[in-house]
Amino acid sequence: MKILVCISKAPDTTSKISFTSDRTAFDETGVQYIVNPYDEWYALVRALEIKETQGAEITIITVGNASDEAIMRKALAIGADEAVRIDAEPKDAYFVATAIADYAKNQGFDLILTGKETINFNGSQIGGMIAELLDQPYISVASKLELSSNTLTLEREIAGGVEVVEVDMPAVVSCAKGMAEQRIPNMRGIMAARTKPLQIISPKGLDMLTSYVTFASPPPKSGVKLVDVDNLDELVSLLHNEAKVI
Amino acid sequence: MKNVVYLHAENALNKAALEIVSYAQRLGGNVTVLATGSLSNDILSTLGNYGASEVIVHRTLSNNDDQNLTSWIASMSSEAANIVFSHDFTGKAIAPRLSVRLKSGLVSGAVALPESDGSVKVNVFSGKAFGFVKCHSSQRIISLLPNSVAPEPIGAACPVIELNDAVGPNKVRVLSVKKPEGAIPLPEADRVVSGGRGLKGPEHWGILEDLAKTLGAATACSRPVADIGWRPHHEHVGQTGVAIRPNLYIAVGISGAIQHLAGVNGSKVIVVINTDAEAPFFKAADYGIVGDAFEVVPKFTAALKKFAGQ
Repeated sequence: MKILVCISKAPDTTSKISFTSDRTAFDETGVQYIVNPYDEWYALVRALEIKETQGAEITIITVGNASDEAIMRKALAIGADEAVRIDAEPKDAYFVATAIADYAKNQGFDLILTGKETINFNGSQIGGMIAELLDQPYISVASKLELSSNTLTLEREIAGGVEVVEVDMPAVVSCAKGMAEQRIPNMRGIMAARTKPLQIISPKGLDMLTSYVTFASPPPKSGVKLVDVDNLDELVSLLHNEAKVI
Repeated sequence: MKNVVYLHAENALNKAALEIVSYAQRLGGNVTVLATGSLSNDILSTLGNYGASEVIVHRTLSNNDDQNLTSWIASMSSEAANIVFSHDFTGKAIAPRLSVRLKSGLVSGAVALPESDGSVKVNVFSGKAFGFVKCHSSQRIISLLPNSVAPEPIGAACPVIELNDAVGPNKVRVLSVKKPEGAIPLPEADRVVSGGRGLKGPEHWGILEDLAKTLGAATACSRPVADIGWRPHHEHVGQTGVAIRPNLYIAVGISGAIQHLAGVNGSKVIVVINTDAEAPFFKAADYGIVGDAFEVVPKFTAALKKFAGQ
């Protein structure tokens, strides 16, 4: 059983988001990068649980430059067996997906896991693109994954309801909350991660389909209007007459 | 020019369906709606009111069959300038596949119509910022975040063509589907009432549910509340939960950590109820009440009922 977990770097969730002065790029000054939470907490940890109960070999992969090796070592410290870095600045989702699919196509992975989206670009694109490039089924936004011989049983939370589906491997799954619990790497894991294999691959001829022209921050709120606890009729009237939302 | 919209509809046309049809109409040109699901031809024909020129409904194709569905949409989209999805479960599954199949750029999480330079505004950094995305392909695929554009009724009913073609085997077998009765899906809700740890326990959710019912709102919660299991995970709004953009967001007993604000700051109007006047959420709020939720919420519900009765 071979599992590939796609990981991406993301700014720490407490980061203040700002942009370069021409607003064409994210301002990385002082930003601490982490493994994208969906990739780490759900995709990677669920892969580890499968490894512990049923046996599996887990490879993590990312598309990025040498500075991304810090987050890759973290994923190895949590328990992945080996890492692959495709040495390129990720340009868009298609660029990243084609790079990963190109690596994965001859490796015989039974299961490819991604987070449901990154917390920086929120695209939800990579998993579906990889599935299409490899001609495999894709289960998006799964909150539960069970494995029995060659069949996956998955739950997806659909607009408040739950759908249970079954699919044979190989398959691609994007992982959401509910699938596993966050794990903190221990000292033994951190030490072991230093010597685990990290392969660097040079991509060839990757295309991109989209680009960000510019970024903007939401307009600041003009200030809160406080209403007294004993005057909730006033709040109702403000919501009706001023805000016009009721 | 022609635009294609894909939607899935079972019992009714939801708001997200009307939004994407209306969005495609406002992009200019004819709109062909490709549909799956069991909704009747009569109801599907009303999509003409929102700008559809025709609806082609495939009765034998499952919305879970992402591979055959992608093939069908691709085969119907050869002349389309834009292909529009809702950024929901089906959209997130199909749109990326279609992007690869057509080798066309996908703008996911769009929140507005294209700008004059052709770029499209999207939510990035989980609602902490916006980006403007340009596609380098001649065709453009857009998945639209719910509650981003208001559907505009403009026309009259349109023809519906029904397909019953045999489809190849579906690799994804659906074992069961459980849908809650009558609940408003959170991403589509116009109004949302949300609770945090300040409510002190799941047994106190009744006051929020009363408020939500009075307003016709959906209920939501903060991350700690979902993590301790007071409320189901799908109600968690925030950076690592659902990002929402309702007209009215009422936060009760939520301090307003940056991760929570990220998921809700697309809301048009924010009301914060908190005992702590220093709670950071007040800085992001339009209206605030410093007070105990157990006193404020029932009084607020009563005031709304009184208003509704007038």
